[in-house]
Amino acid sequence: MTYFDQNLMRAIIMDHYTNPRNKKLVEDESYKTKHMASESCIDDIYVQSKIEDGVIKDLRFDGVACTISTSSTSIMTALLKNKDIKQAKHIIAQYRAMLNELDYDSELLEEANCFCNLSKQANRIKCGLIGVDAISELIEENEVSNDEQ
Amino acid sequence: MLDLTNIRNEFPMLKKNNLVYFDNAATTFKPYKVINAVMDYYENCSVNVHRGDYDLSFQVSNQFDQAREAVAKYLNATSKEIVFTSGASSSLNLVAYGYGQKYLKEGDVILSTEAEHASNILPWFKVSEVTKAKIEYIPLNEEGILSIENFKKAMHDKVKVVTLAQVSNVLGHKVPMKEICKIAHSYGAVVVVDGAQSVPHLKMDVQDLDIDFLAFSAHKMCGPTGVGVLYGKYDLLQATDPFLLGGGSNARFDICGNILLKNAPYKFEAGTPAIEGVLGLKAAVEYLMDIGMEHIEEYEKELNQYFVEKLRPLEHVVIYNPSGTCGIVTFNVKGIFAQDVASYLSSKGFAIRAGNHCAKILIDVIQASETLRASVYFYNTKEEIDAFIQALSEITLEKCIAVVI
Repeated sequence: MTYFDQNLMRAIIMDHYTNPRNKKLVEDESYKTKHMASESCIDDIYVQSKIEDGVIKDLRFDGVACTISTSSTSIMTALLKNKDIKQAKHIIAQYRAMLNELDYDSELLEEANCFCNLSKQANRIKCGLIGVDAISELIEENEVSNDEQ
Repeated sequence: MLDLTNIRNEFPMLKKNNLVYFDNAATTFKPYKVINAVMDYYENCSVNVHRGDYDLSFQVSNQFDQAREAVAKYLNATSKEIVFTSGASSSLNLVAYGYGQKYLKEGDVILSTEAEHASNILPWFKVSEVTKAKIEYIPLNEEGILSIENFKKAMHDKVKVVTLAQVSNVLGHKVPMKEICKIAHSYGAVVVVDGAQSVPHLKMDVQDLDIDFLAFSAHKMCGPTGVGVLYGKYDLLQATDPFLLGGGSNARFDICGNILLKNAPYKFEAGTPAIEGVLGLKAAVEYLMDIGMEHIEEYEKELNQYFVEKLRPLEHVVIYNPSGTCGIVTFNVKGIFAQDVASYLSSKGFAIRAGNHCAKILIDVIQASETLRASVYFYNTKEEIDAFIQALSEITLEKCIAVVI
């Protein structure tokens, strides 16, 4: 299956925007929450993670955001769930490389490949990063707290 | 009426670009007259002001004084009541810290609305924190309009400062400023007016309105960025402390720390001013006065009504201020996030703003966390509005995604 058909890419985005995955926050102390209020636009989302034993057990989000922000956060939460930290960081690095027009391993990105042309819209790249930035920060904070323990 | 062909020919941004620019509440385009005034300063008389030991400095100082006179004429004020600042934000901060913080005390009330731009409420938050004076809000109606009845109800003896935008940057409604000033003055309160969205669009007469302080920016009225004005009644300016001290603001000072400040407006203008900005502003107000502010006001009202009339039949559009008159149309497309709509329209050559427009507390009044704002100026045309409506009538969520991917 190829993700590089334009109509398919748009359909994936449409699907994740109108029917976002993991778009519900939970009240559970085993989750950490990150608030992402964009300084340059009006996106305002919360991302939650549950990371245990080096594995991302769950990722969730909620808030108001544009099509690209919502669909990219939905896709990335789905993609990174149940991955161990090392895999997750590698996948995120591939995703960031794609948005920066650098070499990347498209095999690992699955549906996230639908953003392979996003780099051509400089003013929307940040929309594709808002969720993944939150996830990266949550992973980093988890690593720091593990180091401290 | 306005000669649109001639007017549009005077703006290089309108001549060179195919952009339909409806973000005039954010900033406006500049006519050659303003651009040339700025260039003339750098090319022909690029020296400092008020240090007139040589002819050129004397000439520039004269031009600078003439700019103050031109702005005073534009407002029907006197030139000593005109303080040059870096913009409306700086002017509003100057009033809040230099006047509000100096005189307000616990038990006093600052009266404002939930429709204010951040620049006209955040400084007062700080003043309230320091002085313990309280901020109260005049209730707005469901359309976000400030009525004189609600103002009267909100007004009382403890109110010492009334601070309001003459035209809201989100909804574009004009408040009845003359009546407000009259009522506020009968209680002994001072009226601070954020004129950022009104001074560029309306014929101003600060004496007739009896405004105490008025703040605005040059760049929203065809002038350069980085320069603005604080108008204040002279005795109020004299009673206000500068919040910047430095060269040019003092007459003399000594080693013991004694400072003798100059009189207003000079005591507020420490440091070398944005000379080219002030000269550009002079050209801008002269340009606007040549066209005639009453003509601009009338034409913009007509454009505003035309815009709403054309937008109203679109069933997928919600308009938040159908009764606005000052060139600002605030709306949403049902089911499409504001940013996506703006992005789609951008791909079709239209510049409009998506956001909450720096008046974040108004969200609770109009029940929409983000909106689209199309704001026109006198150089916009009905043809541009027609093209815009056409693009908006064809919008779908799929198309919004397709312009990105």
